[in-house]
Formats: sequence, structure tokens, C-alpha cells
Amino acid sequence: MQNLIRQRAIEHDDWTLVKEASGPEILHVTQDRNLIVPIKFWNMYKFEIENYLGNITIWLDSDEFLDEIKEELSTFSLIALNFPVFSDGRPYSTARELRQGRKFTGEIRAVGDVLRDQIFYMYQCGFDSFLLRHDQDPVSCINALDDFKANYQSTVLEKDPLFRRR
Amino acid sequence: MYRYDQYDHQMLSDRVKQFRDQTERYLSGKLSEAEYLPLRLQNGLYVQRLAPMLRVAVPYGLLSSNQLRKLAFISNHYDKGYGHLTTRQNIQFNWPAIEDVPDILQDLADVEMHAIQTSGNCIRNTTTDQFAGVSPDEIEDSRPYCELIRQWSSFHPEFAYLPRKFKIAVCGTLTDQAATQVHDIGIYLKAGPENKIGFQILAGGGLGRTPMIGKEIFDFVERRHLLTALEAILRVYNRLGRRDNKYKARIKILVKETGIDQFKNLVVQEWNQIKDGPLTLTEDEITRCKNYFLEANYEELEDHPKILKSELDSNLLFNAWFTQNIRQHKKAGYSIVTICFKQTGSAPGDITDSQLEFVADLADEYSFGEVRITHHQNIVLADVKQSDLPSVWQKLNSKSLSVANLSLLSDVICCPGGDFCALANAKSLPIAESIQRKFSDENFLRDVGELRVNISGCMNACGHHHVGNIGILGVDKKGEEFYQISLGGSSKNKASIGKIIGPAFSEQEIPEIIDKIINIYRASRNKGETFIETYNRIGLEPFKEYVYAKPD
Ligand code: SF4
Repeated sequence: MQNLIRQRAIEHDDWTLVKEASGPEILHVTQDRNLIVPIKFWNMYKFEIENYLGNITIWLDSDEFLDEIKEELSTFSLIALNFPVFSDGRPYSTARELRQGRKFTGEIRAVGDVLRDQIFYMYQCGFDSFLLRHDQDPVSCINALDDFKANYQSTVLEKDPLFRRR
Repeated sequence: MYRYDQYDHQMLSDRVKQFRDQTERYLSGKLSEAEYLPLRLQNGLYVQRLAPMLRVAVPYGLLSSNQLRKLAFISNHYDKGYGHLTTRQNIQFNWPAIEDVPDILQDLADVEMHAIQTSGNCIRNTTTDQFAGVSPDEIEDSRPYCELIRQWSSFHPEFAYLPRKFKIAVCGTLTDQAATQVHDIGIYLKAGPENKIGFQILAGGGLGRTPMIGKEIFDFVERRHLLTALEAILRVYNRLGRRDNKYKARIKILVKETGIDQFKNLVVQEWNQIKDGPLTLTEDEITRCKNYFLEANYEELEDHPKILKSELDSNLLFNAWFTQNIRQHKKAGYSIVTICFKQTGSAPGDITDSQLEFVADLADEYSFGEVRITHHQNIVLADVKQSDLPSVWQKLNSKSLSVANLSLLSDVICCPGGDFCALANAKSLPIAESIQRKFSDENFLRDVGELRVNISGCMNACGHHHVGNIGILGVDKKGEEFYQISLGGSSKNKASIGKIIGPAFSEQEIPEIIDKIINIYRASRNKGETFIETYNRIGLEPFKEYVYAKPD
């Protein structure tokens, strides 16, 4: 089943998520596919990555920080943030930091334990694509993006809090 | 009080719809227990020992008579005819059926109420002084700021999955009645430069396993920066708060482990990014919120009218009630009435459907149709004309609600404990009752004077035992229920955490032990000294010695 939602639609996923990578050999196996690799891997094998034919970008776990990425940030078209379990709320803040603090305009993808009942909040915090857990129904997840018609806060989607719009 | 507009209504009805769908998926097996758990918690639904429990939010404790009647209806229609006032100014129902909860939430929404974020690892109901707006020693009414915080924190997309629950209290009076310093964030209204109102903000207070007094993060924050300052603190906590150990996950541990200076630095770094941004409060918004809490339509009256004086002279019971349960109002000729829900024989804070209706009628007749729930599990009529006090007392008396024990030993604060709560180590309600039975003589109680007894059935400290002048904590000793006693706690301005007196006692011993503690106090007190004042002067030792003394 297709389980990527992007631009509020079910889309074909042209990235391969590399959950774990122990060494640069992986780059030979995958050949020229587009890869999302752990940030540690990316930091460690910059040289090998430079010679890789496909695109490579990174994912961050919930306890990893953006400080590790400096100017290169703008070279990424996508950054994935992992939810090791849906109840880990750290990636919400990371996404916001990416959008508002670091002015990242590329795609921010939620990966890992990504479920219908959380994606409305993810969406508000700056995630714009969702790699759903396998058992999730993508159509109902797209509907979930509209669970609420209003919100009080200043969010990534709605910069002005409600009190400036009332 | 605050009234909903189309946006507030919209969000609430979206929420009810969302939760109805989630509950249906859960009941039909499409949503796992673990995945449903935080969703139901954030809608106030617990699963307890005997049945589910629904905790309804009462923002900063304020209720209209209309809302009280709806609560009466709910307790009657979906529950066993009573509810329970909590130590966070909320009300909870102990026996609803899960499948009814979406309907209950709809009923609540009809009167601008909900159960959102009354549980779970998110920002909970903001609390404040139950006398906000009517206290003579008020800097400014805290409720408009509570409302601003309520809106900011409700459905906050970034902070719905925090490391742990998060509680905010706001205090607008000189005498702190909101236990402000033992909250994750405590906010004091304060006059700053040019007498403009702003806030002192503390973080890292809390009870539970590791009780701590909050530390100052900001000495003075201008009004318009309130929400950005809060957002900065929450963001640091959400990123860095511990998630590996539930007992170390509260912000107090983060503040302690990071060190207050470093923690402050992190907050200021975050704050600098959003300060003056869109979340900065506008004067319009502050005024809009304030307009919901304008002064009531008071009449120009004299203090102590004749009818009050003559009743005080002729009716001893009324006199006692007046002395104990009535507080001074900022407006001449008016008084603040506290109705104690601490009758011996019913659980502290329990309130039946007919009592809810009755209180609603009183509010309509005597107090502009509003009441407040206190974190001492009582109900306040905040704007009663002094000339009406005799009739209010008559009516209360006719329903056995005229107990004159506010702030006295028998005004026990108590969590539901082992009779209801799945987390409990021990029962707490029978302890409250045994204390009330032992000390029932009103003259004796008044002679002892102000004395806060707080009881919790476990370390989670819902009964706030750490800040009780006498705190009682249920513990489990090899499968048996025991009770640990601590002395000297206080939630007032000079907040302090009680000290454990020594080895725990059995249920039967407790009344006797309390009696001993009181004896020491009465023997040692200087004239006019309250229990806590005497304790602060003489310390724990004399109590300890006497309580554990071996008979010769
Ligand atoms: S203190 Fe413990 S026993 Fe009492 S209500 Fe809280 S969790 Fe339950």
C-alpha cells in the first residue's frame, strides 16, 4: 500500500529511508536511489556521499539536534524527523525550529510511528509530508489534516494566533 | 465570565467529533489500547479501579449557575448522582460508561465546557486564587490572564506530547492562595516600572515524588510578552525534559539537573527568537479578555448592616459560620462565602446532583449567578450582600451545608485514594473520615484554629500532602496500608515542603497521633499563633519526641 502523504495527497515515494547504516558499503548496494540517511552517517561519510550518484538527505531521531547541521541546511530539499513512538513529542519542536528558527523551506517529513491521530498537530508544526505506519489508512489520514477548522496558537501554518484574526 | 464566540464553539465541536470517532475506532478494535490512551486522557477520561472517570475542566474554578445545572444533569443522567470537586478546581465523575463519554462532552460543549487536557502529558487546566476579582489585597484580577493562557494552551500542537503533565498557576493577590510556587510554572502578577502590571515567572516547582519550590526564571515580564515567555519555557522543556524515566520527567528535574542559570539561558535563547513575534499579546486582546471579567453590578452599601449585626448577636451557629467561612470582600457591604463540602461521612469534595442544583439556585439568587471551585475542594459564592448572609445561612443550614470549618482541621483536603484510584498505595477517604469523627467538636476546632490537613493515597500527591501543615501519605508496607505523616508544609507565600516525622502509622493509629500533634501545638503556642507559626518557631523535634515517646 502507498503510505506517503505529501501536499495533502497520496504520493509515490521516490526516497528510500535508510533506518540504520553501519558503513559506507550501503551506498554500493543502493546504487543511485535517493536516500534518507541517519545524520550520524551523513556526518561520518561526507566524502563517500559526495561521489554518490543519487540524492542523499538526512533524518534526525527525536533526541538529535539541529545544531549538528550548519550552513548545509539549505542544500537539503528534504529533512525527515523520526517518531520512535507516537507519544514522543520532541519532533514537533524540532520541526518548528527548522521552519521558524532556521527558515528551512524544503520538505519536512514525519517518519516512524506516524499515526492518524497525531498528524493534525504535526501539520501545524511544519511537517508537510507523512510516511505513515503501514497499518494506517492514508485516506483517513488526509482527512485528519482538517480535523480542526480553527486554532488559538501561532503555528507554522498559521503565523497569526487567533487573537490577531478574531 | 468568559463567553465563547464562534471560534471557541467551532474548536469544541470539532474536538467532540474527533473524540467520538476515536472512541468508536477504539471500541470496534481499530485503535489499540496504547494508542487510545493519550487521546482519552487528553479528553479527561481515566480508567480507574472500578470504572472510568471523567474529569471536567473548570477553567480557574469559575462556573455559572447554568453550567452547575448541566453538571447536575450529567451526574444524574450518566453517573450515580454525584460528582467530586478536585484539588485542581475541576470536577470529576466516577462512574460514566466509556461509550457515553462523547455524548457527555457534547452536553458540556452546549454550556461552553469541556474535559480537554484535564489529564495526560500536556498543559493542564490553569488555576488561580478562588477569590480573584473580589479580594481586598489584589494587585489585579488574575482571571483575564488565566483565560489568555487557557486559550494559548488548549490544543497547542507542539505541546500535546510533553515528557509529563504540566501545571500552571497564576496569583494576583498579595496573599498567595493558589499554591503558585509548587507548580511547573507559577506566575505572580506584579507592578513593574511606571506601575505597569507584568509578571514574575517561576518554573520547576511541583509536588509528587520529589517536591520542590519553583525557581525564578523571569523577575519581570511585561504583559504583552506573557505568552512568548511561556512558549519559550515549554519549548525548552519539550526538547530537553527527560523521557527515559517517568519519575524524572517533570520540569522540576530538568531545572535541577540543568542548573537554574543554564536553564534560564536556554529559555532566553528561545525567547529571543519569538519575543515581539506574532504571539506577542495586543492591547486589544488583553482588553477583550478583561472585559469578560468586569466588576459585578455592585450596590453602594455599608459594611455590617443592622440585620447582620442582630443575627450575629442572637444566633450562635450563624456567628460561628460567619467567623469561620466568611471572608472580607473588596466592596463594602459584600462578603465572600465559602460553602464547605467537608461533611463528616461523605468524601471531601463530593457533591450530589441536588446539591449542585441547590448551589446554582443560591448563586442566581445571591451572587450574580456565578460560583468558584477552590483547590481546597469547597465552593465559593464570591459576591454576597452582607444583608443576605442570614438567609444564605438559613438555606445552607436547611441542607446541612452550613458546616463552619473552613481552613480548620476538619476541612481536610483529600484525594480519592484507594477506594477509586488505580494508582493508590492506600485508602485516603477513610482516614479523612476518621479525623473528622475524632475532631468534631466545633469549639475545639476553632480553638485549634487554622490547620491544613492534606491526604494523598500515593506519591502522586493529588491531595497535596507535602504542603499540608499536617500531611498524610498512604504507603505500602509489605502489602499493608500505612500512613506517613509530615509536618510544616504550606502552600502560601512562604511555601514550604513538610518534613516527615518518622516511621509510618497504621490506619487505626492516625487519629490518636493527630491528637498528640495538636496537644504539642496547644501546649507550646504563643498567644495568637497558628499551628504553622508555632511549628516554624519550635521545629519538628518536640513533635517527634512526643509522638514516638515510649510509655513509661
Ligand atoms: S494521590 Fe495517588 S491515590 Fe490519590 S488520586 Fe492521586 S494517584 Fe490516586
